Amino acid sequence: MKSSSLARWMPEIIVAVALVVLPLVFGANSLDLLTRILLWGLFGLGFSLLFGFGGLLSFGQAAFYGTGGFVTAYLLTGNVIGNVWLSIVIGVGAAALFSVAVGVLALRRVGIYFAMITLAFGELSYFLENSPLSHFTGGENGLPGIPAPSLQLGSFKYVFTGSWPSYELIAALFFVGYVLARFIIQSPVGNVLIGINQNPGRTAALGHHVPGYKLAAFVLAGAYAGLAGALLGIFQSYMPPSAFALDTSGQLVIQTVIGGAEILLGPTIGAAIWLSLRDFLQQVPVLGDLWKFILGFAFVLLVTLLRRGMGGELYALWLRKRPSGLMPATAAAHERLTPAEVVELLQPLTAPEDGALALDVQSVSKSYGGIHANSDVTFKVPAGALYAVIGPNGAGKSTFLRMLAGEEHPDSGSIRVNGVERTATDVTAAAQNGVAKSFQINQLFPHLTVRQNLRLGASGHYRGRIRFDIFRRADSIAAVEKLVDALLDELDLTQHADVAVDTLAYGEKRRLELGLALSSRPSLLLLDEPLAGLSPAEREDVKQLIKNIRRGRTIVLVEHDMDAVFELAERIMVMHDGNRLTEGDPGTIQKDSQVQQAYLGGIDF
Amino acid sequence: MPTLGQFLSQAFNGLAFGSLLALISSGLTIILGTLGVLNFAHGAMFMLGAYTAYIILSHFGSYAAALFGGALALFIVGIITERVLIRRYYDRPPQDQILVTFGLGIMLVEATRYGFGGLSQRVPLPSWGHGIVNFGYFFYPMYRVEVIAIVAVILIIFYLLLYRTSMGLIVRAGIEDPMMVGLLGIHLRRVFMIVFSLGAVAAGIAGVIYAPLSSVIPDMGEPFLVQSFVVVVIGGLGSFPGAVVGGIVVGEMLSLTTMFNPAYAQAAIYAAMTLVLIVRPRGLFGAHGRM
Repeated sequence: MKSSSLARWMPEIIVAVALVVLPLVFGANSLDLLTRILLWGLFGLGFSLLFGFGGLLSFGQAAFYGTGGFVTAYLLTGNVIGNVWLSIVIGVGAAALFSVAVGVLALRRVGIYFAMITLAFGELSYFLENSPLSHFTGGENGLPGIPAPSLQLGSFKYVFTGSWPSYELIAALFFVGYVLARFIIQSPVGNVLIGINQNPGRTAALGHHVPGYKLAAFVLAGAYAGLAGALLGIFQSYMPPSAFALDTSGQLVIQTVIGGAEILLGPTIGAAIWLSLRDFLQQVPVLGDLWKFILGFAFVLLVTLLRRGMGGELYALWLRKRPSGLMPATAAAHERLTPAEVVELLQPLTAPEDGALALDVQSVSKSYGGIHANSDVTFKVPAGALYAVIGPNGAGKSTFLRMLAGEEHPDSGSIRVNGVERTATDVTAAAQNGVAKSFQINQLFPHLTVRQNLRLGASGHYRGRIRFDIFRRADSIAAVEKLVDALLDELDLTQHADVAVDTLAYGEKRRLELGLALSSRPSLLLLDEPLAGLSPAEREDVKQLIKNIRRGRTIVLVEHDMDAVFELAERIMVMHDGNRLTEGDPGTIQKDSQVQQAYLGGIDF
Repeated sequence: MPTLGQFLSQAFNGLAFGSLLALISSGLTIILGTLGVLNFAHGAMFMLGAYTAYIILSHFGSYAAALFGGALALFIVGIITERVLIRRYYDRPPQDQILVTFGLGIMLVEATRYGFGGLSQRVPLPSWGHGIVNFGYFFYPMYRVEVIAIVAVILIIFYLLLYRTSMGLIVRAGIEDPMMVGLLGIHLRRVFMIVFSLGAVAAGIAGVIYAPLSSVIPDMGEPFLVQSFVVVVIGGLGSFPGAVVGGIVVGEMLSLTTMFNPAYAQAAIYAAMTLVLIVRPRGLFGAHGRM
């Protein structure tokens, strides 16, 4: 089951060996180039976490690179602090602090807007460095004369100056940065970031605090940038103002994409390609003046055809050739559970008292512009009951369910869940408080395996809204793994546990959708058309699944399949035109003439 | 304190520069609003327009030919770009569209550097652009007054294209709801191609008009690209009126802040952008629900 510890540390070992061997192979003349590649690679480790894993394309990383560099350089050249190490730490801290401020503003937006805002902050920093702060930063001249750090061992003093010592320093820090980044991507935090990249809405609905994790990734990237910037100044003993330039952010983006954003070493590989091609092309006649054009052309080709970048494509190729290679998604052994254990594991976390109201909705209303989606709807569900909400298309059922799940807030009225006021609660808080919803349209993580999908769900409640447990592996939490195994059994997806979700059949995806809602062990489960789009046989499966997962939990079902509704529900509310039309047991509803008219369109508007 | 004459003169500078920014940004914003693509090559397209003006004005001296040539050149560049590259990207995430246009921008700049060298080149003023105007309180260069008038005419043409033609109706409807327009049976792909080219033409014409004000150099587009982002954020994504008003606001801010303290001029517009993002994230004229 567990891969041997040697195989697990293989990437770290390979990187460590390469850092030692490469300068020996290429010789002392290559040290300058190798050091520069590692500086960009260190800068890129953080960017890979942010962009490759978190999906956040920032065009303003120069702001933090420059901040780290100039703060460190100013402390040292302005004789504020004599200790180089301490200055580096303060520089990194300043970069991280600045990235908190920028992140809070920029992360309010996604995609295009995020890229534009980060770019603008990058430019803002550049202009601040250039004039208003030039007293500290030297303006257009930058800061020369930055001293090198040293290590004092007893009476022996080792100064990191000259090409070999500089390389040693930067290679060592690169290695530390790499190991830390590896810990992060293998931890639950890394899992949540990947989840956010693939489906932010569902990640939040599973109880993870999405803005918090995004900010964490942004600040990490800022800190990596700050460290790279600080080391740049020390390496060159000069801090150039161009560190703040848009070109710096742009070059980072290009190198990352060329090398492959989705692997941690991608930016390093990209930097190696970019910097060595530049050095090479500049010596070739004719091509020399075209080096940047050629790299730009290669970049456009790569983005268009090989989006995973050179490193990413090679890695994918290698994995395909070696299905049992060193780092495949090893199928964790499935723990055999008895049916009784499965039942026990999937119980609601909090069991409401029988007879108490699990859901108490008092006259909620919701309008979108002039459209009254819900008007004055009152709905009470006792604990442990399964109630259905039906009505023709556009009756307001989905809006109603969205308000119960915390995706929307009512304009007026109140919602109480298990006796607690939850009217203004958001979707993450709702999930953390035992409310879960399966969506009308599947909201899965398409490029993750079934097991990874369920793990994201099962860890949502276990880890709480947000937690930085970066030094444990995502698959090492025993309680979560056991719950995932139970879910796989219950959903009958055990044999597909380790395949990517986008290869599943529709019916299987539908079951997984339900399973994700179940994974937080909710006491109130909301099902939005769980049978939509299924074949008759698949419908039976899912109906049986719904019966199985009740176990004392309260369920609100919205469904168009009337046979299923009459079979499953104890009581039914009928909605029409945003209003509650009537409510009763299945027998009464079936005979109700108002209901028949509503469905046949006989009601006057 | 500056005198009234200095103040008015700077305000005029702001208007001239701002109207150019408005023109560039309106191109950026209609591409963004209709196609959902943030064109990072927009600054390079502005630069191409300026180089077209440099070639035509220094060889033939005809300003009208330069305007026409710049528009035509960028229309062709726009068509080719859309057909060869952008079209493959409509179904891809916005990050990929940003990356590819960013790469395209580098290619255009580097190709220009290869062809014309990396040094800046002077572009002659048209014969009617020489001289100064006496406004009573201050004297002002003739060409800058004319820039404001020329840009105004072109923005009006753009306005008529967008608001008085059936294609413009489709474009505006596409900004509101691209899927619905597709459902109505309108072939959006062709409209997309024309919109992308029109956006490129706006940047190109701005480049032609700007060239005689300054000189041309391959990197000249970058500050304009970044400033037009600021304009689009302030004005509201996809909004033509937002781009025009935002452009002039940003131009005036740059110009008037320069009068008091040049060091803070650039910082001021980014501060304004931040303020808009906090107080009114959809910008001055942006529609609800669009991010």
